[in-house]
Amino acid sequence: MTEFLWLVIALPLGGALLLHFFGRYLKGPLSGWLASAAVAASFVIGVVAALPFFQGGEHGVTVLLWEWMPAIGANLELHWDPLAALMTLVVTGVGSLIHIFAIGYMHGDDRFPRFFTYLNLFAASMLTLVLAGNYAMLFLGWELVGLCSYLLIGFWFTKPAPPAAAKKAFIVNRIGDFGFMIGLMLVFTAFGTLSYAGVFERAGQQLTSGTATAIGLLILVGAAGKSAQIPLYVWLPDAMEGPTPVSALIHAATMVTAGVYVIARSAAIYELTPLASTVVATVGALTALWAASIAIAQRDIKRVLAYSTISQLGYMFLAVGATAYVAGIFHLMTHAFFKALLFLGAGSVIHAMGDEQDMHKMGGLRRKMPITAATMGVATLAIAGLPPLAGFWSKDEILASSFARGGWFSFLWIIGLITALLTAFYMSRQWVLVFLGEPRWEESAHPHESPRVMTIPLIVLAILSVVGGLVNTPFRTSLEHFLEPSFELVSLQHPDEGWLMFALLAGLSVLAGLVGVGVGLLTYRRPLERWRGFEETFEPLWGIWEEAYRVDDMYGRVLVAPGKRTAEVAAFDVDARLIDGSVNGIGRLVRSLGQWARPLQTGFVRNYGVLFLGGTLIVVIWLVAGGA
Amino acid sequence: MLTALIVLPVAAAIVVALVPGRRREIHLPLGIALSATPLALAGYLFWVFEPAAAYQQVERAIWYEPWGISWYIGVDGISLPMVVLTALLVPISLAASTSITNRTKEFVVYTLLLEAGLIGAFLALDLFLFFVFFEAILIPMYFIIGIWGGERRIYAAVKFFIYTAFGSALMLAAIIALAASHTAEFGFTSFALTDLVNADLTTGAERWLFAAFAIAFAIKVPLFPFHTWLPDAHVEAPTAGSVLLAAVLLKLGTYGLLRFNLSLFPDASVDAVPIMATLAVIGIIYGAVVAIVQPDLKKLVAYSSVSHLGFIVLGTFALTSGGLQGAVIQNLNHGLTTGALFLLVGMLYDRRHTKRIADFGGLQKVMPILAGFFLFMAFASIGLPGLNGFVGEFLVLIGSFPTLPGFVIAAATGVVLAAIYLLWAYERVFTGVPDKEENSILTDLSPREIGLLAPLAALIVVIGLYPGFLLDRITPSTEAVLDHIVDQTDFVIPEPGRVDDVLVAGDSS
Repeated sequence: MTEFLWLVIALPLGGALLLHFFGRYLKGPLSGWLASAAVAASFVIGVVAALPFFQGGEHGVTVLLWEWMPAIGANLELHWDPLAALMTLVVTGVGSLIHIFAIGYMHGDDRFPRFFTYLNLFAASMLTLVLAGNYAMLFLGWELVGLCSYLLIGFWFTKPAPPAAAKKAFIVNRIGDFGFMIGLMLVFTAFGTLSYAGVFERAGQQLTSGTATAIGLLILVGAAGKSAQIPLYVWLPDAMEGPTPVSALIHAATMVTAGVYVIARSAAIYELTPLASTVVATVGALTALWAASIAIAQRDIKRVLAYSTISQLGYMFLAVGATAYVAGIFHLMTHAFFKALLFLGAGSVIHAMGDEQDMHKMGGLRRKMPITAATMGVATLAIAGLPPLAGFWSKDEILASSFARGGWFSFLWIIGLITALLTAFYMSRQWVLVFLGEPRWEESAHPHESPRVMTIPLIVLAILSVVGGLVNTPFRTSLEHFLEPSFELVSLQHPDEGWLMFALLAGLSVLAGLVGVGVGLLTYRRPLERWRGFEETFEPLWGIWEEAYRVDDMYGRVLVAPGKRTAEVAAFDVDARLIDGSVNGIGRLVRSLGQWARPLQTGFVRNYGVLFLGGTLIVVIWLVAGGA
Repeated sequence: MLTALIVLPVAAAIVVALVPGRRREIHLPLGIALSATPLALAGYLFWVFEPAAAYQQVERAIWYEPWGISWYIGVDGISLPMVVLTALLVPISLAASTSITNRTKEFVVYTLLLEAGLIGAFLALDLFLFFVFFEAILIPMYFIIGIWGGERRIYAAVKFFIYTAFGSALMLAAIIALAASHTAEFGFTSFALTDLVNADLTTGAERWLFAAFAIAFAIKVPLFPFHTWLPDAHVEAPTAGSVLLAAVLLKLGTYGLLRFNLSLFPDASVDAVPIMATLAVIGIIYGAVVAIVQPDLKKLVAYSSVSHLGFIVLGTFALTSGGLQGAVIQNLNHGLTTGALFLLVGMLYDRRHTKRIADFGGLQKVMPILAGFFLFMAFASIGLPGLNGFVGEFLVLIGSFPTLPGFVIAAATGVVLAAIYLLWAYERVFTGVPDKEENSILTDLSPREIGLLAPLAALIVVIGLYPGFLLDRITPSTEAVLDHIVDQTDFVIPEPGRVDDVLVAGDSS
């Protein structure tokens, strides 16, 4: 089946090209259906190609497409192993649902076909990233998803905010890429190649722990950019300027998990450096708590979800940093289900409310939009970590693995537990503010349930959010068996064995979830004045959380403004005055010397050039002729 | 065949010159049509080119025997891409010059002569011949800027001329000294590159000669701090002049460093690595930083060239396979992307008669196709993987790291800065609402203009994804340069291995 693997990328790429050149001739939603069909077809091929892995024992293959930059061991080659297969299924599965949803959401947009061009291009790029057989090709996908993110965040380009947010996203990601590229340079220097096959199997013999640590930390810099971790997370909240299906697909379910993927993929390198792994886990845990604390005070329905995504990605970093790679990938998968659902649900709400995103102006929508309310409710409970929903199993495995690792990781476990409490609180706050209580709508709002093309994807994702966690429970670790061949070079961190331990740890996280959901429910079900009063009791902290610790201001003052000033000094003082001034000064000096020495001076600078050339030619001719 | 490549543009220029001046409407179309013949021949040359180290299609005729000067031309993997690029961009530049209505005939003639000079310089294997072409190029370029340029065209043209002529004078002296030392050593005079590489120079002499060549080429590249003629020349030059200047003329500098400095002065080259790498990295960062705040779109692109050419010089002096391959392929890539960016700025200028970023805004709404091409070229220039710029820069960066780790880390910041200046410029020029009256009535690209940009865009994608057709032809020649240096000096290319050892080995060079 692997001989058809290239189709997984080629189908959405072909869709993008087709829509780019001919999309405008397609009537109505046809371009959207074509794009969806392309991704769905990739999903089917992915399932068929993954069949051998379900039977177990298969290690995967590398398929060379063609040579790219052979001098640095970078060819276009696909690496098909269980990890790549799982990522492919998540990307194409969740991706096709979001494509379908977008047909309804983007209905009536005058650049409808163009939207699906970019969406298909994104799918192709993300699949390139996860199917790559070497770091250079991974970087190809990595940058192309960044391009699509740029194009889609800035999709509504006539408004001022989206283009600015798009630019910010790309540039902040490039800062991460800077570190990532240096990491790749070290990899190349150590191994003479960038191919996975050439790197991972020789990592043990050829890397000192110092070099492994450097590579691990540099890959983390790139991953922190793409996956919006401290300190590079600031682009993701702004990225919400993009249409909501984009937020669901790119900025929640798939692209932002690329950082987790690349760390898991590089497990053989992190295996040699407990230090870098610990840093990964610490960055993850701190980001999880930091973003969760911001999420609790947001009013914008999408911003809550944006910070929630950052926070949940932090969990995944905690997992892969604790070398519990399967747990990290597991949470990546379940998060893709429930966070895509939350974003699409939010999109459904925004769509129904006539582009309103302020939760203070919502409330009571449960009756108007029962399907959206119910499915988002499921997702809320899933992300809150209540059993037996998907989020419970994956989050619990992360926390239990972290606890089992002990030492510093016990501390990170506590942070994770507090974050779980906050998560449950802000998610139930959101659901209650939107769907329960009295309507606080603007008069112009006429909320209604979304059409079936939007609700059916919600329902499918809700089902996945319920049952998705059952693929890997302490009772039946199917996902771990599935992924094992991809991690055979490393020793995986597991939760402690035994029933008692499981019950104790799971009990604690369930308790955190219940308390969070309970407080959110009880607080925000009350009338507006009461819950506003609750929020005010936290002042001034609540205000700081609402303004996201004003990190953007700080970056603006400390980095952007001085940077711009430096550029101005360089351009207008150093370059224009100092360097060019000296050049012209020398020119003037020569001219005045000439005036003194030569009465031939005509005042036309041009003549100097001609004289100069003439002189040179005379010298040449004289030399040539003189030799005869 | 190679002689024909040089003679054809000259013949075309003569034909155009013979057309009576009153038949103004046919000068440009005729020039475009005639410039297709060297392009076809260059395409054929690319097709028959054998991936091998040696010079191919060599033609040699004695020009002036007592001095050992000969019409000695040949092509290898280093010059081949530049010859093809020149032949490709001349018809495109001419076709983009319909707004030139004043003295069209001369314009076409100068452009065709420029083409002959450029192709000649890339093909010349005799240093004297190279010098003649190198100088001859200045004259048509001087007039192109000086006659059809903007308001300060005379200033820009003279600055360009004097600056480059100064470098040329140094190089001429060095060429003569080199030939003289060859005479002393072997008893016969020769300017042939293949003879001069054998000259055995004292360390001191080699360093002086290296410096003379390097300064001449550094001005051409241009390397910091010799770069200030470039923004002026670009801003004032007409579109065709800017395109050929950025895409091809500057490459004489990077090409010269690789072709002449590395081969003729291997020891001095190895010794000069820290200096050249420092200048390259300064150029990369400085050019990019200065580009960020330029108020003029054309000047911004000009400074981006200073930054991008730094990568080429860095790759050249990294003395690794990846670095040299990246440098050669980037010579071509930069020509395609920056050439296209200058074409686009020219198309904007033709419509709006301004290049100031602040005068634009919201153009994507009224000219989506132009905006799309601009964004595409911007991402190619930023080095987005999948497009051509990435192949060159990534080969340079990854490939140079083993020998120049510190420099490469500094250079990699250029990758971040490129995104800043180009995307910020895009945001200001193209996004938002076209709130100025003049901007809201602009028309989008015509089929002719799309036809000029589309082949460049297609090449950019093809090279980005399938550079093999170029790398196969380039690699034997770059490996030969590298082998020559390893033979002649005690330079050792580090083997992959423990990073600590590799980096120590690299530093000791």
